[in-house]
Amino acid sequence: MNPLVLWFHKLGSPPYFYRLAGRLLPWLWGLALIGLVAGLYGGLVLAPADYQQSDAFRIIYVHVPSAWMSLFIYAFMAANGFIALVWRIKLSETLAMAAAPIGAAFTAICLATGSIWGKPMWGTWWTWDARLTSELVLLFLYLGVIGLYHAIEDRRQASRAAAFLALIGIVNLPIVHFSVKWWNTLHQGSTVKLFGPSLIDSRMLWPLLVMALATKFLFAASLLSRARVDLLELEAGKDWARQVALAGERA
Amino acid sequence: MSEFFHMGGYGGYVWSAMAIFIGVLALDAIAPLLKRRRVLRELRARARRAQKRNEESA
Repeated sequence: MNPLVLWFHKLGSPPYFYRLAGRLLPWLWGLALIGLVAGLYGGLVLAPADYQQSDAFRIIYVHVPSAWMSLFIYAFMAANGFIALVWRIKLSETLAMAAAPIGAAFTAICLATGSIWGKPMWGTWWTWDARLTSELVLLFLYLGVIGLYHAIEDRRQASRAAAFLALIGIVNLPIVHFSVKWWNTLHQGSTVKLFGPSLIDSRMLWPLLVMALATKFLFAASLLSRARVDLLELEAGKDWARQVALAGERA
Repeated sequence: MSEFFHMGGYGGYVWSAMAIFIGVLALDAIAPLLKRRRVLRELRARARRAQKRNEESA
């Protein structure tokens, strides 16, 4: 076997993943924290006020990265769910289910901060516009996945059932993303574009990109920290889990 | 400095959005730590039970 495939097989082994994740975690938390401090400082202090929205636009630095993460984490969860369903890899089941609460947290932040932004700018906390409604549906999908996972007794069956629901929910991702194009929405279109120039001054843009990166690291850290605990719980009867617990007692 | 917290009259909106972002993500970071303590406690209890069984059967 080539070394990459071999490493992939090794990664799928819970004790190996547990140790590797444990070594990565301090770095991930550190990078996430540095990124959040830098991004928020850039967004709240260094970036100039918007000529239309004055300082209210600064909500963008928590709202938009959270919105991006709500979609990114869902795609990650569904991809792992797919791997779990097709190849029955225990690690993928664990990763998919560990991602769900983090995605739900970012979706909730996105909805709450959007509502807070909407009040002064649109004059309303909430409106049933396509972008807002589809993002709310995304939150319900996350909650459905989490709920289904906890409703079934057997952990592995539970994660496969929930992974299936996660896969069906993928249909909502393009709806969220394109909602501002397909329908007339109160919500504005994309300001930051992957292809073509962004419609935002560079002094305003860089803190946003730093926040996007920082939330990625934050997700990775939270994900690995959750997956480690879940693997310990899932493999409670195995020798490696016992050794981890007894080593922790001595330390 | 007070001008910074005032945020051009939008202080309440901006700071409550920041508070929600930081608060929710802090809870998200703490949740696995709490679960870890519980799981480790259960694992140790399990190991003790197994040890006791071994001693009794020996």
